[in-house]
Amino acid sequence: MNTVATIVFISLFILITVLGFISAHWKKGDLTHLHEWGLGGRRFGGWITWFLIGGDLYTAYTFIAVPALVFGAGALGFFALPYTVLVYPLVFAILPRLWVVARKHNYITAADFVAGRYGSPALAFAIAMTGIVATMPYIALQLVGLQVVIGGLGFPANHGLLSDMPLIIAFVILAAFTYTSGLRAPASIAIVKDLLVYVTVIALIVIVPIKVGGFAHIFASIPHDKLLLPPVKDGNTGLMSFYATLAFGSALALMLYPHATTAVLAAKGPKTLRSNWVFLPAYSFVLGLIALLGYVAYSSGIATEPSLAPYFKQYGPQFAMPGLLLHYFPGWFVGVGFAAVAIGALVPAAIMSIAAANLFTRNIYKTYINPHCSVQKETHIAKLVSLIVKFGALLFIVYLPQHYAIQLQLLGGVLILQTFPAIVSGIYTRWFDPKALLLGWGVGLGWGVWAASLTGFKKTAYALHLGGMVIPAYIGLYALILNFAVAIVATVLIRSLGMANIRDATVPLDYEE
Amino acid sequence: MSNAVRKLRPIHMILLAIPCVAILVVPWFNTVEPRLFGFPFFYWWQLLWVPLSSVFIAIVYKMVTRPGGGD
Repeated sequence: MNTVATIVFISLFILITVLGFISAHWKKGDLTHLHEWGLGGRRFGGWITWFLIGGDLYTAYTFIAVPALVFGAGALGFFALPYTVLVYPLVFAILPRLWVVARKHNYITAADFVAGRYGSPALAFAIAMTGIVATMPYIALQLVGLQVVIGGLGFPANHGLLSDMPLIIAFVILAAFTYTSGLRAPASIAIVKDLLVYVTVIALIVIVPIKVGGFAHIFASIPHDKLLLPPVKDGNTGLMSFYATLAFGSALALMLYPHATTAVLAAKGPKTLRSNWVFLPAYSFVLGLIALLGYVAYSSGIATEPSLAPYFKQYGPQFAMPGLLLHYFPGWFVGVGFAAVAIGALVPAAIMSIAAANLFTRNIYKTYINPHCSVQKETHIAKLVSLIVKFGALLFIVYLPQHYAIQLQLLGGVLILQTFPAIVSGIYTRWFDPKALLLGWGVGLGWGVWAASLTGFKKTAYALHLGGMVIPAYIGLYALILNFAVAIVATVLIRSLGMANIRDATVPLDYEE
Repeated sequence: MSNAVRKLRPIHMILLAIPCVAILVVPWFNTVEPRLFGFPFFYWWQLLWVPLSSVFIAIVYKMVTRPGGGD
């Protein structure tokens, strides 16, 4: 057991626990209303939104998985960087309109918007369910990151429930402060989390490469076939087309995830959002540096150090970043870095569980189970569901092998992408028919799951054979193209039969800022 | 809040699309040379587009935001 690191780690944890509970009083609002508990009253200004969206997108799993991918797979793992570069121009163009219409009609979720825009509870139900199903394994994945650093502190693994105790305690704390403070808790904790992350990453990226011999040396020690993507061969575009489509598809998927919608709708207004997206790429730069840590770890040879080898055996490439901290830094700083990862797990897990709870309450409970419930009852249900969602994720991680969570999260990305036509096209046009969108969603989903099953749900690439070429690309993107094609053809058919549903609770002026 | 932000026009869309295209032309930047501070081209080109994308977004932000408007 690493005593100093553990003491620092626990102290920082106590700090954020206190912060989580007292944040209920911050920007005081009536927390029995869902837009107060679940969206922080839509009052978050520039700085808080920056931390909240950052805390949302750059998660503990990012800090563990991105260096692990680069450490294990080389250049392909670097896709996380173009992915985050693509996100901000896309959301800049698209999401402010969603904020404006959501504010006018008090929409809390993207499915609320779809229900209003298309007058179709069935389509809204499909969107809500997809969001919940895609979010669950994402929460579970945060726990994987937490598990790795708790293991790195020296808590014994493989002792059944006992070795899961630190994880369970961390989660009970998370559940409690989310229940009482709602979205205000992760928003305030995100500030502490980011300070810790920046300090840790800057220390790692400055100090370790100097000790290892500089970046020129590090890159020189990486085998050439790892350093670049393989060239096009025999008409097969190979990893290059996969790299680009994975980055693009992941960027589209990101803005559709319920937790992203939650953080966006919680902002004070479209101008706050837009100014944020000018500065959010600062995080992407940090992400790029984190990715390079994979090569730093590879080059330093820590995986074969006697003191660290058992951890690498247990956690695989996922131990690259924790391993660098343990090997090159004193105990107290290890505590800081590990706390950054652990708190980086709790912030998004809190936002995700709130987002899933908002979806369930608004688009399933209120639509189908209890349409006339009071605002207080609505909020009460959301708080309860946020607890259930988190404990579901906890049981998942404690009782099932880790790779299930990873595979389900990969599949979740494919699923959530299929909500793109309904949500994003709806922001601009009411041309599509809701039945056609539902059909497109179903076909895209079905094909996506089938294509993923071909690899045993291990990979997200599908090799399309087209005119003598082989084009492997991200399954989610192929499924989305199919989804759009079906929705367009079906809309034309439905309209020509005169069966189009033209209900729309919004008017064009609702989208004007 | 009203009238704080103008609608996006084609010129804004083009400006936002430039960083997206630059980061997606994989065959073009999938090389080691030219290096920069020991970084292969593949890595520094993509890292470079992080601050550059920020610049493009900032330009569009300036173009669409009326001074004095606020949320």
